[in-house]
Amino acid sequence: MDFMVFQYPMITVQACLDGILLGVLFALIAYGMALQWGVMNIINIAQGDLVILGGYIAYFMYLYGIHPAWGVIVSPIIMYFVGIGIYKLVINKVVDRDLFISILATFGISILFMQLMNFAFGADVVLANSGYGTTFLFDSNVVLPNSKIFSAFVSIVFAICLVIYMKKSKLGRAIRATAQNARAAKILGVNTEKVYAATFGINAALCGVAGALISITFTIHPYMGLPYTIRSFMIVIVAGLGNLPGVALSGMGLGVFEEFADYILGTEFRIGSVFLLLVLILVYRRFKLSKKREYLK
Amino acid sequence: MKIKNIIITFVSAIALLLSTSAVSFAKVVGDKIVLGAAVSLTGKYSSNGVHTQNGYNMAVERINSMGGIKVGGKTYKFDIIYYDDESNPKRAAQLAERLISQDGVEFMLGPYSSGLTKAMAPVTEKYGVPMVEANGASRSLFTKGYKYLFAVLAPANLYLDVAIRTAVELNGGKGVKIAQAFEQDAFSQDVRLGILDAAKDTGSEIIIDDKLPKELNDMAATLVKVKQMKPDVLVVSGHTKGALTAIRQISEMKVDVPMLAMTHCDAAKLSKQHGKNSQYALCASQWHKTLTYKDKWFKDGMTYDADFTKMFGYAPPYQAAESSAALLVFKDAFERANSFDQKKVRDALAATDMQTFYGNIKFAPGGQNVSKPMVLFQVMCDSAGKCENKVVAPLKWASAELIHPIPKWSER
Repeated sequence: MDFMVFQYPMITVQACLDGILLGVLFALIAYGMALQWGVMNIINIAQGDLVILGGYIAYFMYLYGIHPAWGVIVSPIIMYFVGIGIYKLVINKVVDRDLFISILATFGISILFMQLMNFAFGADVVLANSGYGTTFLFDSNVVLPNSKIFSAFVSIVFAICLVIYMKKSKLGRAIRATAQNARAAKILGVNTEKVYAATFGINAALCGVAGALISITFTIHPYMGLPYTIRSFMIVIVAGLGNLPGVALSGMGLGVFEEFADYILGTEFRIGSVFLLLVLILVYRRFKLSKKREYLK
Repeated sequence: MKIKNIIITFVSAIALLLSTSAVSFAKVVGDKIVLGAAVSLTGKYSSNGVHTQNGYNMAVERINSMGGIKVGGKTYKFDIIYYDDESNPKRAAQLAERLISQDGVEFMLGPYSSGLTKAMAPVTEKYGVPMVEANGASRSLFTKGYKYLFAVLAPANLYLDVAIRTAVELNGGKGVKIAQAFEQDAFSQDVRLGILDAAKDTGSEIIIDDKLPKELNDMAATLVKVKQMKPDVLVVSGHTKGALTAIRQISEMKVDVPMLAMTHCDAAKLSKQHGKNSQYALCASQWHKTLTYKDKWFKDGMTYDADFTKMFGYAPPYQAAESSAALLVFKDAFERANSFDQKKVRDALAATDMQTFYGNIKFAPGGQNVSKPMVLFQVMCDSAGKCENKVVAPLKWASAELIHPIPKWSER
C-alpha cells in the first residue's frame, strides 16, 4: 500500500480530475446500458465490444487522413445501423424471454464480435492521434491531456442531447412509455417492436461515440471490451435504471475510485478493485433488500 | 438394433483406418524432413504468429533451393505441417500431442510467445521430440531441466539489462534511480527480474515498482509518480499495449525523464503510430538489420531485410528473423548428427556453435542461447518528422550515438 496520493495535495487533485474526466466517459456507456436494460430488460454483455467497434471506425478515419474527432459524428451513425442489425437478427428473438437467455445471447454476440474484429482488423493494439495538446493547471503541477477534456466534454454534450430527445421527441416519449409498461404502451398504439429496435440502435450509437473517444484518449484492441461492459454494469447497478443524474454521479465516482485504487493499491489492482466493489455493492443491496422484506412481513 | 451395431462397426473401422494411415505420414517421407509447428494464425497473437510462420517459410524455401540438407549421403528437403493454435495454450498443447502421436512428427518448431511454448514443452519433452523455438524468451522455460528444448533467442531477463548498465555508465559508474512498470505476465515479469538483478549489481535503487494489469490502457498514475519522484530511468514492459500507452501518455502529460527504455517497440510500430512523440525511446530488440552477423544462406541482415520485404511485402520484425534462424539451426544439427535418430539430433543441437545472420547461436545447458546479446535501438527522427530506429548499444554495433539525457518537452 502506498499513500503517496494523500501526501502531496497536487497528486490528490490530479487523481480526482483524472477520475472525473474518465468517469464521465464511463457514464455515457453506462447510460446506453441503462436505457436498453430499462426498456427491453436486456443486459448487454456485448456493450464493451460495441464500444471497441466504434473505436475502430474512428481509427480507420484517422488512417485515411481524417481527423479522428470526426469519429464522434460518423461512428454513432454507423453504429446505430449496426445496432438495428443486431436487433433484427438476434435480440428480437430473445427480448420477451427471461434475463438469462438474453445474457447468453449477448455473451455469444460479444465473442463473435471479438473474433470478427480480430479477423478483420488484426490483433494489433492501435490508437488515433488527435494532436490536441496539454493543459497545465496550478503552476504545472496538475497536467491534463486535452484529449481527456475533449472526451469528457463530448460525452456531456451527447448525454444532454439524449435527455432532451427523450423528453421532447415522439420516439423518446414512446421509448419511455414502453419502459414503464410495454403492454399498456402497445395497447395504446405504440409500435413496441420499432421502439425496441430504436433503443438498441441508440445504445449502439452511444457506444460508438464512447469508442471514438477511447481511441483518441487511450488504445483499442479487439479483446479490450469486457472491462467497459463490467464498468457500465456496475454503474447501472449502483445508480438504478432510469436515473440519469445517478448514472452520471456513479460514473464519476467509479472513475475517481479507480484512480485512487491505482495509487493506493497499485495499478495491477485497478480493474480488480472494480470487480471487488461490484461484489460489495451487490452484497450490500441484497442485505438492504432482505431488511425491506422483513419489514414488509 | 442390428442396424445400429453395423453402423458402430463401420464407424470404428473407418476410425481405425484413419488413425493407422495418419501414422504412415511420418518424420522423413521420401526426400522430405517433416517438421511440425503450431503457430497462432488467429487470436490475440495472430500478427506475431504470422511473422513467425513467414520467418519459417522463408528459411524453408531458402534452404531447399540452396541444396537442402545432406544426411547419410542423401539430400533432403524441409517441409512443415502447420496448425493454428488460436493463441490458446490449451489448444497448443493438444496440437503438440496431435502432431507427435497422430501425424508422426519427430522434430518440432516452436509457437509464438512464452506462454504457448510453456504449454507445448512438457509434451515434446515427454515424447523426446527435439523442439527448436524462436519466440519463447521466458526464463522459466530454461530452469525446468528440459532436455529437448532449444531457444535461439536471448532469455527475457536480459532484454533491458543493457539499458540499466548503459545508464549507470553514463552516470559515471554510480547507481541510478529506476522507475519501472511491468505487465503481469510471464514475459514482462522476467524482464523485471532482469532489472532487479542489474540494479543489485550496479548499486542502483528502484524507487517506483508498478505492476500493470492485462487490460491495461491507462498508466497515468504511474506517470504522475514519475513526475514527482524524478527517476533517472523509466522502464516499461507490457507488450505492444504497454509501449503504445506509455508513449501516448508520456507525451500528453509531458513527463520528463532522462532515459526511457521499453520492449516491443517494433511490434507496436511505435514510430509509425506516434511519430515524433516516440523520439528518444530506447527499445530492446533481439535483432536489427544493421548488425554485421553473416551466414551462407541469407548473407547478412540487410540482405535478409530486402529479401523478406520482397517476398512478403513488409519489413521483417525480429520475430521473423529469429524464426528463420531456427531452421538454420535444425539444418546444421541434422548434418552434424548425420542421422534422424531423435537422441542423436538432440545431442547435435546441444553442441550447436554457429553464426547466422541473426546472431551467434550456442546453447546453455538449460536450452537458452547465451552467445547473442540483446541490442538497444533508439527512435530518432529528422526535422521532417521521419523516424528511424538506430542501434545505439552495445557499442560494437552502434550505428548512431545515444542521445542522453532526453531533451525536456519544453525544449523540443
